[in-house]
Amino acid sequence: MPQRLTRADVERIATLARLELTDAEKDLFVRQLTDVLAYAEQIQAIDTAGVPPTSHVLSSQAADRADTPVPSLPNAEALANAPDPSPHTGLFRVPRVIG
Amino acid sequence: MSARPFKTAREIRDAVSTRQISAVEVCQASLDRITATDGSLSAFLNVAAERALDRARKIDADKDHGPLAGVPLAIKDNISTRGLTTTAASRMLKHYVPPYDATVITRLDAAGAVIIGKTNCDEFAMGSSTENSAFGPSRNPWNTERIPGGSSGGSAVAVAAGMTSIGLGSDTGGSIRQPASLCGIVGLKPTYGRVSRYGLIAFASSLDCIGPLTRTAYDAALALSVLAGPDPRDATSSSEPVPDYAGGLSGDVRGLRLGVPRSMLEQGVDPSVRDCFYAALEILRARGATIVDIVLPHARYAISTYYFVATAEASSNLARYDGVRYGYRAPGEHDLKSMYEKTRDQGFGAEVKRRIMLGTYVLSAGYYDAYYLKAQQVRTLVRRDYEQAFQSVDAVAMPTSPTPAFKIGERMEDPLQLYLVDVFTVSANLAGLPAVSVPCGLTSERLPIGLQMTGRPFDEATLLRIADAYERDTNWWQECPAI
Repeated sequence: MPQRLTRADVERIATLARLELTDAEKDLFVRQLTDVLAYAEQIQAIDTAGVPPTSHVLSSQAADRADTPVPSLPNAEALANAPDPSPHTGLFRVPRVIG
Repeated sequence: MSARPFKTAREIRDAVSTRQISAVEVCQASLDRITATDGSLSAFLNVAAERALDRARKIDADKDHGPLAGVPLAIKDNISTRGLTTTAASRMLKHYVPPYDATVITRLDAAGAVIIGKTNCDEFAMGSSTENSAFGPSRNPWNTERIPGGSSGGSAVAVAAGMTSIGLGSDTGGSIRQPASLCGIVGLKPTYGRVSRYGLIAFASSLDCIGPLTRTAYDAALALSVLAGPDPRDATSSSEPVPDYAGGLSGDVRGLRLGVPRSMLEQGVDPSVRDCFYAALEILRARGATIVDIVLPHARYAISTYYFVATAEASSNLARYDGVRYGYRAPGEHDLKSMYEKTRDQGFGAEVKRRIMLGTYVLSAGYYDAYYLKAQQVRTLVRRDYEQAFQSVDAVAMPTSPTPAFKIGERMEDPLQLYLVDVFTVSANLAGLPAVSVPCGLTSERLPIGLQMTGRPFDEATLLRIADAYERDTNWWQECPAI
């Protein structure tokens, strides 16, 4: 595990996170994320052999609800907040994907 | 009854129900108070005056009154309100108008409460000071050069400054309790699953809880009885029975055992906080509670654990902001991938990006086991510490925040230092436990300090009983800022 994040690490993470960072942001995050990781590294010292992970704290099984159809959001309302809706077709528009 | 500020929800509900005052008068008084004070405090992002007055007129016309009849309410802006802009204090959602209400909003409406407006917070509830809002910080009514805490800072300010009687907040790592503590009011984080999360803009889904900020434990009990209960729209909501929380406030804490993890207070805690905390325990001891030393061996790892778990979940939850279905889209001609990347860079603020980056990293190939899985295992150990403690005590007492409110801007350059202020609050979220913060003193500069109690799962009743008993023997809860 790296002691220090590099600029290349930050660029790789930004690509995975779909964030186009500025040069200034990359420099800042190299430093700040390295600091946070250096602190949080302390959990590596804990012996967790055989300890099951906790992904949620629910004590009981989530209850099933009746499978009854109810009205869902009308198309026009679902489109109302879209940056580039196509109300005529009832779809969201995105930039061209295939040239 | 006059419509002066700093009324409790109980007083207002009783006066409106018996027609001593109209809901419209209460609502107008709340709006007037906001006009008079919010220019210097910035609690609200959006005041829905006409909508609130309409609602108040309907309540006055009703024959039967609900348990929160006419009570003015401030809603954190990460809770969806149909037809009312809900921004999560982010540029990404600056113009977002939800097409549906969160379940808590539906429940509060049915109880007769009047929503006055939407309050400022850290962007997507990520922060402990409300400085991460895309729309500027809120200010602490006790000292406007200081932060109100966060992330539910706006709701805390609204209640502390007498603008509304109840504020609704969300708590992922302390975001209800810490601002309540720093603003001198009561903040309750319920058990995970006690209150439906439907309509709460997700930050870290296994930790997020909605809860009330109020002037008194009684008001918190009143609010929780309305908010709690199962919801078919949230599969993690619990069908555990909802007791009459207010009815259980007997003032009797005789025989209750309070555990104090004394070693956690040895370092990094402001002396004024430590003094007020131990003085508060003496009050409860005098009322008949027993104070016991306990250890929570893994509590000191809670912040590290939290920042791995919470950021991992956040990086996944915030993937939905892609400039397609709602929210901001970067202007200009782009291909799809570049549109995503520019939209997210321009729409999110620095702290949100930092957390998305950290979360993406800990979930990425090669690091998952070392960081995320490891953190989930330590989360189990944190839970077990509490389970062990609750074998011998009924509640765990700690300060809420290690320091009183700090100055605006003081910690912006060093995110790690800001993360460390959550030291006493995050473990309740990791373990899914209920916790309450109640005012327990003022520093020599008149900055509020809070006492925190953490309880067994679904045992909010005991926490509220202790908080209410403490209020009966003290008058910290009656202190008001001079604004």
